[in-house]
Amino acid sequence: MNNSLEPQPVVAARGVRVAFGAVTALDGVDLDIRAGEALGLVGHNGAGKSTIVNVINGGLTPHQGTISYGGVDAAGGGVAAARAGGVRCVFQELSLCPNLTIVENTRLMHQGLTGFGWRKRALTLIRAKLDEVFPANRIDCTGTVGELSIAERQMVEIAINFIEVTEAPRLVILDEPTSSLDASLAEQLMAHVRRFVAAGGSVLLISHILGEILSTSTRIVVMKDGKVVVTKPVADFTAKSLVEAMGSVIKEKTHAATRTGANAAPLVVDLPVAPGSAFGFAARKGEIVGLAGLGGHGQTDMLLSLYRARSSNWRPQRPEEIAFVAGDRSLNGTFPLWSILRNLSIGDLGALSRLFAIDRDREDALGADWKAKTAIRTPDMHNPILSLSGGNQQKVLFARALSTPAAIVLMDDPMRGVDIGTKQDVYAILRSEAEAGRTFVWYSTEMDEICLCDRVYVFRDGVIVAELKGEEISEEHVLAASFSGEAA
Amino acid sequence: MNALKPVLSKPWIWSWLAALATFAATALFTGGASAFGLSQATLTFAAFSVMVGLGQMLVITLGPGNVDLSVPATITLSGTLALKFMETEGSLVLPGLLIAIGIGFAIGAANYALIKLLRIPPIIATLSMSFLVQSLAIWSNRGLRIKPPEALAAFTTGTTGGVPNIALAGLVLSVIVWWLLERSIYGRWISAIGQSPFAARMAGIPVDGTRFVTYVLCAVLAAVCGYLLASFSGGAALNMGAEYLLMSIAVVVIGGSAVAGGNSNVPGIWGASLFMFLVVSMLNTYGFGAGIRLMLTGLIIIAVIVAASRPAGGKR
Repeated sequence: MNNSLEPQPVVAARGVRVAFGAVTALDGVDLDIRAGEALGLVGHNGAGKSTIVNVINGGLTPHQGTISYGGVDAAGGGVAAARAGGVRCVFQELSLCPNLTIVENTRLMHQGLTGFGWRKRALTLIRAKLDEVFPANRIDCTGTVGELSIAERQMVEIAINFIEVTEAPRLVILDEPTSSLDASLAEQLMAHVRRFVAAGGSVLLISHILGEILSTSTRIVVMKDGKVVVTKPVADFTAKSLVEAMGSVIKEKTHAATRTGANAAPLVVDLPVAPGSAFGFAARKGEIVGLAGLGGHGQTDMLLSLYRARSSNWRPQRPEEIAFVAGDRSLNGTFPLWSILRNLSIGDLGALSRLFAIDRDREDALGADWKAKTAIRTPDMHNPILSLSGGNQQKVLFARALSTPAAIVLMDDPMRGVDIGTKQDVYAILRSEAEAGRTFVWYSTEMDEICLCDRVYVFRDGVIVAELKGEEISEEHVLAASFSGEAA
Repeated sequence: MNALKPVLSKPWIWSWLAALATFAATALFTGGASAFGLSQATLTFAAFSVMVGLGQMLVITLGPGNVDLSVPATITLSGTLALKFMETEGSLVLPGLLIAIGIGFAIGAANYALIKLLRIPPIIATLSMSFLVQSLAIWSNRGLRIKPPEALAAFTTGTTGGVPNIALAGLVLSVIVWWLLERSIYGRWISAIGQSPFAARMAGIPVDGTRFVTYVLCAVLAAVCGYLLASFSGGAALNMGAEYLLMSIAVVVIGGSAVAGGNSNVPGIWGASLFMFLVVSMLNTYGFGAGIRLMLTGLIIIAVIVAASRPAGGKR
């Protein structure tokens, strides 16, 4: 079998397709990772990077297509088959047990450490590996993981995955490994990756720091919308061409012309420049301000802290100064036991009441009004909220925020899972509300929506790194600012 | 049958059916002779459970982890101090009531201060508070049993139009709490917090303020119960609140309120309180020994809870 000239790849994925409900996460992906190769994997949010990682490490079984390790087909083998094939995965969300010691965590990952004296052997192994990957670190390997800083935990997790106990690691997947490491530690890790690859191992590196990808990988795969769009040796890429490969074809600008006089409107939010940020945050009356950048880089935290600063946890506030539209509905949006109407009216019960008593007729009238305005598809507003589809639930949350007199409306990527028709309806409402003087702060991971904004702040690693205005707002510029490196 | 459907879908219906069945079983056994006396006693004792149960229900509505274990100590302290203050003086009946309410307010505020400032889970905070409060009661009681003022004793043991006054007091408090829960903004807020505190905060609800008010309301209701109970039983005793710890929680659960919070009802508190008293009377009437009685009580309660627990998320 293995006598052909080409050695068998460490991992080979063929025509892999994965769908979550109606969403196709991977749409026929072919991917080979060979020994002695550092494969860089890049792509925008939702491109399918994490999904392909989960397929390779055995956590997800593809709905179509095959996956094989070293030429052995692993149909239905799952995590065990992946481990047997020498695949190790350092997860983006840390997966160590904080209540156990580093030595004990090492044992969890390596079942081969058994019998008398396993602690001693594990300690020697992890100590040596930590010193090899991160020279001059001062981590106490007998302490519990909970005492470590987030960077130290990441270092330990990386070192554990490079350890050899019974079988050598053949492929180590590093998913955003440097997101919590500082520059010098990141450089140590990249140096180790290069050594590991030179010695015949292979690495799958996912990072939003293009400098790392370009300096460390031997080959780069660009993913987009669940497909591999480009696979080329690293020498064929520059930072600029890499950004272009990730983005879609730059579309005709649909951006609304900047309204005259918008720059003269009074400021409703004006925050000082946070440490590490390049810009302070400000929003004017009647403005739609976009928060862009890769997901989870501080946009939601910014919205939450803005909301908390402007509303009281102790006294009822009337009229409301600020309203919030949730994106993660089940986390901080809907009240699952309630009817559609109650979920809508909770935003501003004060307007429906006299002396704290809710007037049910006025509540019903409010429901009928917003049912018509946002076209909520239900025969009866007294039906449970969970009887609605996700998109219609989202409309209820919009209506809840817009029915308040709040001057500022915060939106936490609220269009996830909303169909295109609804989106168009909501965009129109937003535009007219903004013209009426309301301010919107809109976090979105969808580029089309960012392009609807008057002004955009781009976030990276929890801080604002760029501000784009009017004509400057484009996918290209947002991507360039989202990925650090020489791209901009 | 269709006309019955809205009634049968109410979560509190099971506690009422159970109470009625138990009443019938007891009355039939005695040939109906004791029916009037039994209903008088039941209404009176159930009313005390209702008062503490209402407060506990509001707290439980706040969601998982919220419970007030200082209820028994609050009953004891408010009964003790109010009677001590009145010193059998008829003119001090109303000021005595205000003292009791003030004690409830102070204990509720202190409970929430512990929960919020020291970040202690409610179950621990209210339990430790109950030790402090109980110690205060012991210290101020000193084994003396002060009688209630004549007028108050007469009121609490008397009847109006054949209905015990205590039951009427419980009914008035129930109507107030029902209005708060079903008709007021406050009721919507506690229900929202019980379903999801994070979502409630992001919908503009003053979560801390609402929770504070709820813990205060619960302690005030317990304090009023203590004031009436001490007057009814001819003086405060240090163990007078003891049985109301589990009782206050049991009537909420049996009454069909969601243990996980967010969905409560007042009628169920009445049904469950009546039922809890009737079960014990019934087993007493049948002449069972103490061991069997406790066991059967437990089994019957489990049966009612199983009957009452239906899938959540019904139409409201």
